[in-house]
Amino acid sequence: MKNDILLEVRDLHTHFYTDEGLVKAADGIDITIKKGKTLGLVGESGCGKSVTALSIMRLIQEPPGKIVKGEILFDDQNLLKLSEAKMRHIRGNRISMIFQEPMTSLNPLLRCGNQIAEAISLHQGVSNRDARAKAVEMLQKVGIPDPEGRAREYPHQMSGGMRQRVMIAMALSCNPELMIADEPTTALDVSIQAQILALMNQLKEEFGASILLITHDLGVIADMAQSVAVMYAGKIVEYVDVVRLFDNPMHPYSVGLMESIPKMDEVVPEDKILRTIPGVVPSLYNLPSGCYFQERCNEAFDACGKKVPPLIEIEPGHLLRCWKYGQQ
Amino acid sequence: MIKYSIRRILLTIPLLLVVLSMVFVFVRLAPGDPAMAMLGQYATQEGLDALRKQMGLDAPMWLQYLRFLGDLLRGDLGVSMLNGVPVVDQLRVVLPYTLELTVSAMVLGVLLGVPMGVYTALRRNRSADYSGRVVSLVGISIPSFFLGILLLYVFSVRMDLFPVLGAGRDGDLGDRLYHLVLPTLSLGLIMTSYIMRMTRSSMLNVLNEDFVRTAKSKGLQERIVVYKHAFMNALIPVVSVLGIYFIINLGSSIMTEIVFSRPGLGKLMVLAMKQRDYVVLQSVMVIYATLAIFINLFVDLIYGLIDPRIKYG
Repeated sequence: MKNDILLEVRDLHTHFYTDEGLVKAADGIDITIKKGKTLGLVGESGCGKSVTALSIMRLIQEPPGKIVKGEILFDDQNLLKLSEAKMRHIRGNRISMIFQEPMTSLNPLLRCGNQIAEAISLHQGVSNRDARAKAVEMLQKVGIPDPEGRAREYPHQMSGGMRQRVMIAMALSCNPELMIADEPTTALDVSIQAQILALMNQLKEEFGASILLITHDLGVIADMAQSVAVMYAGKIVEYVDVVRLFDNPMHPYSVGLMESIPKMDEVVPEDKILRTIPGVVPSLYNLPSGCYFQERCNEAFDACGKKVPPLIEIEPGHLLRCWKYGQQ
Repeated sequence: MIKYSIRRILLTIPLLLVVLSMVFVFVRLAPGDPAMAMLGQYATQEGLDALRKQMGLDAPMWLQYLRFLGDLLRGDLGVSMLNGVPVVDQLRVVLPYTLELTVSAMVLGVLLGVPMGVYTALRRNRSADYSGRVVSLVGISIPSFFLGILLLYVFSVRMDLFPVLGAGRDGDLGDRLYHLVLPTLSLGLIMTSYIMRMTRSSMLNVLNEDFVRTAKSKGLQERIVVYKHAFMNALIPVVSVLGIYFIINLGSSIMTEIVFSRPGLGKLMVLAMKQRDYVVLQSVMVIYATLAIFINLFVDLIYGLIDPRIKYG
């Protein structure tokens, strides 16, 4: 493994066995996160982004879910092979996670400071008092005014933005090497979003951590990520650095996503509306044979209906899953 | 918390007034004339008039109402129409029996129901959960008096382990407890079923909450996630229904007291109904209503203690 690689997910398959049938929520995911870099994971709701993240943390609810295949290599060890006790030592310590819903992600009965201190005293073996002092320090780092006072408050006494800062403080409290942020700003209003993203970037630099950023917001990706994996229906369809994705998206789905962003410098004529991708995401219970995107793709041809295209490297560092760009 | 408590306590005053007024109205709406009931069907008109005057029933309704409230305030519940014993004295005798029964049934329900609810929630859709669900469904479906009769038949009549009736000799604690076992079981097992189901569903809800996932993502042990994070939150809805369950329990205790021939409020009330002793009946209703209000007050105060959203709300 190369030295600059922090985490490598190889051929991850996470399935859910529901009453309605089998759902392949993550269907052969390969991603690589480099040290100190941010990888963006983009896709529509239900495409398997969060499942991928929770699989890395090994927090998939089992049953109904199960990681059936794959490897998650972190620091030369396969996380999927670790004992639960060893995995607990990594969770919250070396890999931490921020969730989408700051309003519900904190325990309403515990003071915010204690919720942060809990992780610190668990992983760093310091006294409760030192852990609490560190928690206050973390609250200050994430820009919460009056951190001492806020540490004694309960989550319901804080706004959504404040709570997300508390979550970030908690996630960073043990100097993790990787921070997984699952739609960290989706539930916040736009001005707070920008603050939280700037804060994450700043702290990433300060702590030298990597970020796996999950979002459906390409604007957030442009601000934060160095490389991007575009997911569709449980599979990665395009994987490239952020510059090339924005300059020259190649997968018809990526192209569609780019076209559906309103542009500041382009006036939309009055009779035209914003471009969208026609149709809806196929049901994961009942995927089409061949390429999963074919029904919504205006460039689909015969080959697309026959086999799922493989993920191939069409130019150095640019992976693509589409028949349009050749058959290997 | 202090502000919340004071507000909550003050709120009981109008509530108490409304409930007491309803008792007053219901008793007056009941068919039959108390004076006639007391003197029997051959009473003379003069006798009836004299008795009505003595009982204050000749006064206008508003005056009767004010007298009723005034007497209550002074702790005067009147004198039994049948035996002339002050109602307060009768209540003082029977109330401890009812309280020891309902409180011990409630304690049993909490001590068994909460752990069983947590246990079955953690083993959702496995055999322990299925059997727990079946047993608790039977528990909430079965009337307490029937369970009482069943227990009496099995443990007293067939196995001769427990006494069949009564509440034990006064002042003999061992004997009192010995007599309390079966009635407590017959009420308490039903409470256990209610509390177990509530705890299970509340626990299942909380285990799916985002903050439980957060707790796991911190690397906490399963045990700490379940008991420190999930359980404390799951307790809130359970505590809030405990008051209602206690009142259901109080209602079921009436039949239980009759099945086990225990002295108590329920027995006193049924007797008063049979004999049309309105004064006693009215007093027992007042006591039940007051108990219900104070149980709810107590539960709300505890609720405020565990949930900071109320404490600092």
